[in-house]
Amino acid sequence: MADPTHPQLWAPPPCDAIHRLAWTGADRRWRRRWLAGLVMLGLSTAASALPVAASAPGAAAAVAAVAASAPSKALRSTADHSKFKELQGPFQSGEEVTKVCIGCHTEAARQVMGTRHWTWEYTNPQTGQKLGKKTMLNSFCIGDRSNEAFCQSCHVGYGWKDASFDFKAESKVDCLVCHHTGGYKKPAGLAGEVPTVRTEYPPGSGKFFEPVDLARVAQAIGKTSTATCGSCHYYGGGGDGVKHGDLDSSLNRASRELDVHMASKAQGGAGFSCATCHQSDGHKIAGSRITMTASDPHGPMLRGDSVHNSGRNAASCQSCHGDKPHKQGLLQVELLNNHTNKLACQSCHVPAFARGGVATKMAWDWSTAGRLTPEGKPIQKKDAHGHVIYDSRKGDFKLGENVVPEYLWFNGRVTYTTQEDKIRGGSVVKINTFHGSPDDPAARIWPVKRFQGKQPYDLVHGHLLVPHTATPDDSAFWFNFDWPKALQAGAEATGKAYSGRHDFIATEMLWPITHMVAPKEQALRCSQCHTGAAQSRLGSLAGVYLPARDAHPWIDRIGWLAVLAALAGVAVHALARIVTARRSPAAH
Amino acid sequence: MSTIASSIHPDAGTATPGRIYIFKRYERFWHWSQAALIITMLVTGFEVHGSHQLLGFGRAVRLHTLAAWALLLLWAFTIFWQFTTGEWRQYLPTLKKVDAMARYYAWGMFRGTPHPYQKTVQRKHNPLQRLAYLALLAMVSPLIWGSGLLYLFRAFWPQFGVDRWLTLEWVAWAHTAGAFMMLTFFIVHVYLTTTGHTPTAHIKSMITGWEDVDEPGAH
Repeated sequence: MADPTHPQLWAPPPCDAIHRLAWTGADRRWRRRWLAGLVMLGLSTAASALPVAASAPGAAAAVAAVAASAPSKALRSTADHSKFKELQGPFQSGEEVTKVCIGCHTEAARQVMGTRHWTWEYTNPQTGQKLGKKTMLNSFCIGDRSNEAFCQSCHVGYGWKDASFDFKAESKVDCLVCHHTGGYKKPAGLAGEVPTVRTEYPPGSGKFFEPVDLARVAQAIGKTSTATCGSCHYYGGGGDGVKHGDLDSSLNRASRELDVHMASKAQGGAGFSCATCHQSDGHKIAGSRITMTASDPHGPMLRGDSVHNSGRNAASCQSCHGDKPHKQGLLQVELLNNHTNKLACQSCHVPAFARGGVATKMAWDWSTAGRLTPEGKPIQKKDAHGHVIYDSRKGDFKLGENVVPEYLWFNGRVTYTTQEDKIRGGSVVKINTFHGSPDDPAARIWPVKRFQGKQPYDLVHGHLLVPHTATPDDSAFWFNFDWPKALQAGAEATGKAYSGRHDFIATEMLWPITHMVAPKEQALRCSQCHTGAAQSRLGSLAGVYLPARDAHPWIDRIGWLAVLAALAGVAVHALARIVTARRSPAAH
Repeated sequence: MSTIASSIHPDAGTATPGRIYIFKRYERFWHWSQAALIITMLVTGFEVHGSHQLLGFGRAVRLHTLAAWALLLLWAFTIFWQFTTGEWRQYLPTLKKVDAMARYYAWGMFRGTPHPYQKTVQRKHNPLQRLAYLALLAMVSPLIWGSGLLYLFRAFWPQFGVDRWLTLEWVAWAHTAGAFMMLTFFIVHVYLTTTGHTPTAHIKSMITGWEDVDEPGAH
């Protein structure tokens, strides 16, 4: 929230923020002409509208009424979906709506089906590793298989509850989940289906999912928004802000301090939505944490078609700001811009994550899960902030707010430990590994969240196990608290063996920190890195000479020795002068 | 300008009994502004090096950089001045009387022996000073300026391929070594200013320009 004690003195000029960024000082003249053109365009539009208004007063009143009642949407879109008779409903299921959508938007479903939002499958082109949510493991809920009905509420489709799901059925694509403007929710447990009648879940629990009025939602369709993207991306790992640390629901109403881009213009921000940076082209969306753009040593690029054809990632900072974004006096000789050779922008400009008042999970220990009351009831413990720190279904948690990231060399290449990999007890299993070294020209120093897990693995077969947890049946851990049953069910779903003997192993997972970009006044101060290794944010990170942290020990030793010798020599000499002057005062 | 100033000075270059006008106006301006800049750079430089945290790293870097530019500008004027006035000859080394100077500082001074060197307008530095200043000019300055300018223009290394054969580490080491030499020089230099016929005589002459010369009879 904006600090009420700081009245907003500066409002962004009404031109497009991206254009502002792409323009250099030399283009200021052009901007003036451009604005002048805009004003003239506005005047001519008004002028051409006037005669119509004069000749047909009724029509003018209607125009004015429309302008007053439905302002921005009617002006922006050329189609008012509420007027389409196909969308009048009623709809019995999401699929029925999709069939209407793709009646006009003929390629939309097929476009979506080509993306990871649909397949949850991905082959890393750099490593050949088969990834995607379908196969990847994490240190949070561990894996989605056997838990599809729960996890797949975030699938951009309807009804993926097990391996029998038809990935070729266009009507199964869920258009609404991304394009709705309110009133649409896919609850966990229904395999991505949207309830159109009041549904008790779990059956017999007395808890109900309220029905969604699909016709109303479909008629108010629009562009994706921060809220629609966030409805899944904020809640990975089973709750708000759990996984990423730099993505949580606080971004929906970000203050300028939280995120200078996502804050609304009224808040003094740039008023971005997710898609402003994560530009889409035919439903392909720029940006990925599996293959990241760790460095982009180029100038800014113009938005539009070229973004996707340029071979560059539109979602990088550099795609708008370029790689030399700091304006400094000539005498400073590009001092700050020189840092872009070694640092990711985020290292200085995201001073901490989980800054919006939503805590992120920093550790999750599954090994303590399953403790029950003497009556056999699950328990939950909360800390002073009201955060759950123990849950019988899940184990122990550690949470953090305003967390200072860790920093490491990262070239964008990430590899994952999957169930294919043999693991050994005794050492921490890295669920993912960020590659890169100081010698790698593509690597930069990146901020990361280091998450600590402790999760089940098979003692005999030596691979990580996926527990069946989330859907109410007689093997799910959250309902039975029986590890062997849950692990057996998970093993069957993943096609991996379970020997019946398991233990828990410490794991670690890294998350790139890239959102929650603070205003420049709140970027790191120089001395937060340029100081002794004990205080420096970069600690003793190797591969860079960091003034104020690093020194050649012998130059310092010999140097200070020389200084001390000079001081001592001078002192002895002065003393000798004083003493001899007293002895022979008449000498001079 | 200073040559004009000194030439119109009533006493310029002339030896008034007991006093000579030895440091001209520009020379004094140069000396003291350079002193201020070097002190600034020593203080800020050692903060950048991590030796203390008086100003904050960012401010120290900015001040250090600005002082470097100011000193460069000052040197540009000073080199011009040195050549137009011929004062550069003051730095030509000589070994004559070096041993006498060394003996004086090590021994004679305590026994009240007279200074073995008679300052004149043409030869205002004693032989030890000449050697020290030449060493400063020929060794310490190139080391500091060379490494300092490389440091300052780090952002342009890739453009000129410098980063293929040089690392910031080496540049910083060289610069630090130079800084220690400068600090050591500074300490000894400041002390030696007190070795005139009174402890403040040399300092006064660097302020006023006038130096008392020993009465000929005192020798």
